[in-house]
Amino acid sequence: MPDLGYKNWQKRNIVNRLLSVLAGLFSFLCILPLIAVLAYILIKGISTFNLDLFTKLPPPPGGEGGGFGNAILGSIIVTTIAALIAIPIGVGGGIYLAEYSTGRGFSQFIRFGTNVLAGVPSIIAGVFVYGVIVSTRILFGNTFSAIAGGTALSVLMLPTVVKTTDEGLKLVSNDLRRAALGVGASRFVTVSQITLPKAFTPIATGVVLSIARAAGETAPLIFTALFSPFWPNGIFDPIATLSVLIYNFSAQPYDLQNQLAWSASFLLVVFILALNLLARWLGRFASK
Amino acid sequence: MASMVALILISILVVVFWGSLESMGRYGLNFLITSNWNPVDDEYGAFTAIYGTLVTSLFALVIAVPLGVGTAIFITENIIPLKVRNIIGLMVELLAAIPSVVLGLWAIFILEPLIRPFLMFLYEDFGWIPIFSTEPLGPGMAPAILILVVMILPIITAIARDSLNQVPIQLRQAAYGVGATRWGAILNVILPAAISGIVGGVMLALGRAMGETMAVTMIIGNSNVFSWSLLAPGNTISAMLANQFGEADVGQLSSLMYAAFVLMVLTLLVNVFAQWLVKRLSLKY
Repeated sequence: MPDLGYKNWQKRNIVNRLLSVLAGLFSFLCILPLIAVLAYILIKGISTFNLDLFTKLPPPPGGEGGGFGNAILGSIIVTTIAALIAIPIGVGGGIYLAEYSTGRGFSQFIRFGTNVLAGVPSIIAGVFVYGVIVSTRILFGNTFSAIAGGTALSVLMLPTVVKTTDEGLKLVSNDLRRAALGVGASRFVTVSQITLPKAFTPIATGVVLSIARAAGETAPLIFTALFSPFWPNGIFDPIATLSVLIYNFSAQPYDLQNQLAWSASFLLVVFILALNLLARWLGRFASK
Repeated sequence: MASMVALILISILVVVFWGSLESMGRYGLNFLITSNWNPVDDEYGAFTAIYGTLVTSLFALVIAVPLGVGTAIFITENIIPLKVRNIIGLMVELLAAIPSVVLGLWAIFILEPLIRPFLMFLYEDFGWIPIFSTEPLGPGMAPAILILVVMILPIITAIARDSLNQVPIQLRQAAYGVGATRWGAILNVILPAAISGIVGGVMLALGRAMGETMAVTMIIGNSNVFSWSLLAPGNTISAMLANQFGEADVGQLSSLMYAAFVLMVLTLLVNVFAQWLVKRLSLKY
């Protein structure tokens, strides 16, 4: 009778353990960057955190003190513009896909297009808006403007919003739809009174995530919203944003500007992580 | 409103194509294989940037795939308690949320100085290999590759994790039932069953890596001089666009649009192929 017990020293068991350790090591390497990035942002960002950052303008090269109040305001404005464009179109498109389309032909093409649009590099969205809005001066003869930046960001938000709306609505049970139609509700009433409220949470999660992504985007803003060292001057003028400020100031040879870039990163990361955790919490809220 | 998506996608293609017509007419396909980028003489060839785009994303993929798939296996198998696995999963997802420009800042001031001694060692001891043949002097392709790894790891991990979770439990039970060890089951049964999703995820990550702009722009050095070496400063298409688009004059603008068009086509091909792959090979259990 051979011994059937587990043998520690057997080759297959040793290999097994080694591979487990290796996978653990890979996981550690995976989360190491997050820890390192967060740690440095905390250390470098918090050490000079003060109220001036929110209320003052960036200092001139070589200057002292100052903050980036204009960039905070600018980021809020540009992201709001993007959300105002992308959310109605995206939710509308998602409703069409989930509720009105037949699921073949055209809608299949749109779903495919949404996935492809989600994969378009963010810088291409910038090039596109530059070609359409900035270089043609289509908006009252203005070139670089907050609204051009917002449009570029909305191109990036759109696929996420369409997708989450579509998938959120698909999760709503068909019984509800039939019941509503059965008691004589029109299609529009069914969607607006029954299915949309039911799918509110997944849609809200998607919207929050897309806003978080847009707030951190830089590439499409560099040559659409440009940058401005002054307070925002309306949405048809160039505007400062936190992300472009980080990019510009990281390349300058002055310690103060680099320091401001770290502080701005700290603020941006806190904001974006908070939005992400909010979206996660929304999702959990829904599943209960 | 749904057609807006298609409209935007098509108009992006049209606008970029339209803008690049002039440059296309002037340089034709030579644009893709010549490497002189000279705004002063108004002569343009994008080989340096195309080489940079392909090399940085491929090397990043080579490093990120084992890391990402390994992590995905680690957090889908029951090697450690579920709570710890969930925390690791959450952290990898949060890594995806960090803006690229912040990673770029981190790369400039922390990562690049940290790895320079190691790159120096590569140059001194393996300098006879063309890809290590220049002295590392700060920004360059190698740190850009590493920061790309950080950026695409979450995508690969997330998609590999989803694919592994979709493998039916019966397969696993059957493998354990005939006496496979944990890794015997993973390598011979579970991974092959999930491979289509994983490959699709890897392709999506490749698309992301090729289009990634900010972090790469900030750390790659933006040199228009061609070099085989990974330790030398280089350029990618997206970095070139980010750097020069704002201040370009007409001729340069058209060439930049041409480069953008090349990037667009590359990422489109990769993305469409990835989607086709996921759809065609998706699990049929």
